Amino acid sequence: SASADEEANLVVNEEIEMVVRTDAPAHVENLSTIYSGWVFRSDETQALQMDDFDNPGMIFVDQAAERWAEVEGKNGKSCASCHGDVEEGMKGVRAVYPKWVESAGEVRTLEMQINDCRTNAMDAEPWKYTSGSMTNMVALISVQSRGMPVNVAIDGPAEMMWEQGKELYYTRTGQLELSCANCHEDNYGNLIRADHLSQGQINGFPTYRLKNAKLNSVHARFKGCVRDTRAETFSPGSEDFVALELYVASRGNGLSVEGPSVRN
Amino acid sequence: MKRAILIAASLMAGVGLASAEVAPLNVVYDDAGAVAVSLSGAPGDAEMGRKVFSTKSEGNCVSCHAVTELVEDVPFHGEVGPVLDGVADRWNEAEIRGIVANAKKTYEGTIMPAFYKTTGYIRPGDAYTGKAAKTDPLPPLLTAQQIEDVVAYLMTLKEE
Ligand code: HEC
Ligand code: HEC
Ligand code: HEC
Repeated sequence: SASADEEANLVVNEEIEMVVRTDAPAHVENLSTIYSGWVFRSDETQALQMDDFDNPGMIFVDQAAERWAEVEGKNGKSCASCHGDVEEGMKGVRAVYPKWVESAGEVRTLEMQINDCRTNAMDAEPWKYTSGSMTNMVALISVQSRGMPVNVAIDGPAEMMWEQGKELYYTRTGQLELSCANCHEDNYGNLIRADHLSQGQINGFPTYRLKNAKLNSVHARFKGCVRDTRAETFSPGSEDFVALELYVASRGNGLSVEGPSVRN
Repeated sequence: MKRAILIAASLMAGVGLASAEVAPLNVVYDDAGAVAVSLSGAPGDAEMGRKVFSTKSEGNCVSCHAVTELVEDVPFHGEVGPVLDGVADRWNEAEIRGIVANAKKTYEGTIMPAFYKTTGYIRPGDAYTGKAAKTDPLPPLLTAQQIEDVVAYLMTLKEE
């Protein structure tokens, strides 16, 4: 059917039990229950995420797994040189990003951290923020946390960025004067034309979209949603979007890491 | 001399036509958000309005509102706003004009966009390009005549 089965449960590979609905964290003021975007998709789209053989996003994860061991840059190193097996080295990492990185004195997304490793640790070219190479690598790293609860820290030194992201979330931008909350908080579960609105959670990122047949990053999705308010968007990787990602990720604390998920 | 008078007369006529249209900044809303006079100075065309209502690049009202009468011609009606069947029984023409021109004057803080407004935006963009707006004020989402056409269409939605 075209509409979603909002009662369905997600178990991947008959093994990884995903939390797709749970109590909202206390810092999410206007929701009592949080839902994964998977809940709002059609039966057919939902099914594609239930087995890695059916999930088209896994092809891109495989590509990144090869890249993981590829030596690049002037220092003659690969990701594996420093981090070993990705299964070991990256377990649990996705679940806590974006996070405050003390040594850098800033909140970093996974993309920022990966490019820091590429430019500084490897002396290789950085990847473009929303490029295929980057998004595929983020997906490979996400897979190592699948089924673990999103657990992004919002206090301490991250708090200012979190507040900045929260403000952006509730700001009505563009000529349509719509905020993220107008669609994803006030109207989740409703149809907007043919689209079934979800809560706009990011626990499933990167997402494989049937629409463009590739993995899509968080900031690319944000950019699309802001553009659709007839606004001037922010750039992927900008401080505004990093803050927004921290805030939106924190709204999903308690949902399972699902990436790569499948969406329409 | 005769020619000069003719030109003056046609200029006057031009001015007369232009001033019949109410510019977005000059729209007069009453306390309840209603707008009494036609924005274009001309009557609306309900058939055109039906198209504006359901066309994505025009009003795209159907993305948020369902109308039973439209279902056969236009698939996928949204459910963010109320179903507009019988809307003309609930509101008069001036009230509907006010809601379409700037719904925020009728419903404070509503999610419904203002279709005849040109200033006061945060990060205004150039349509759906994601780039910065090229002009300030912006062109309104709908022209005065398109608003009148949509109003005329909504006035046909009666149940009683
Ligand atoms: C020369 C060493 C080196 C190489 C090569 C390297 N990294 Fe790193 N990486 C580090 C160090 C050091 C840290 C920070 C210490 C830590 O917290 O793990 C780090 C941290 C990370 C983190 C964050 C881990 C966490 O727990 O917060 C990710 C993700 C990461 N690297 C990905 C990559 C990827 C992907 C590549 C290859 C494209 C790569 N790294 C290559 C040294 C390296
Ligand atoms: C005009 C309505 C609208 C606005 C405003 C909007 N979005 Fe969306 N968004 C959508 C639609 C439609 C989709 C696709 C269906 C869905 O997953 O909700 C979507 C999808 C998403 C997704 C993907 C969810 C998933 O599970 O794959 C994220 C994340 C998201 N939006 C975040 C945001 C953020 C952050 C903002 C504000 C900067 C925002 N959206 C503003 C309409 C909107
Ligand atoms: C993004 C969503 C959205 C769009 C687009 C939208 N509306 Fe609305 N509209 C609403 C909502 C929501 C309400 C109810 C007011 C409220 O409670 O905020 C409403 C109310 C109305 C009403 C009063 C309804 C009643 O039954 O009392 C009319 C008339 C109306 N809209 C017409 C239109 C027209 C015409 C268009 C397009 C030119 C349009 N709307 C576009 C969301 C929308």
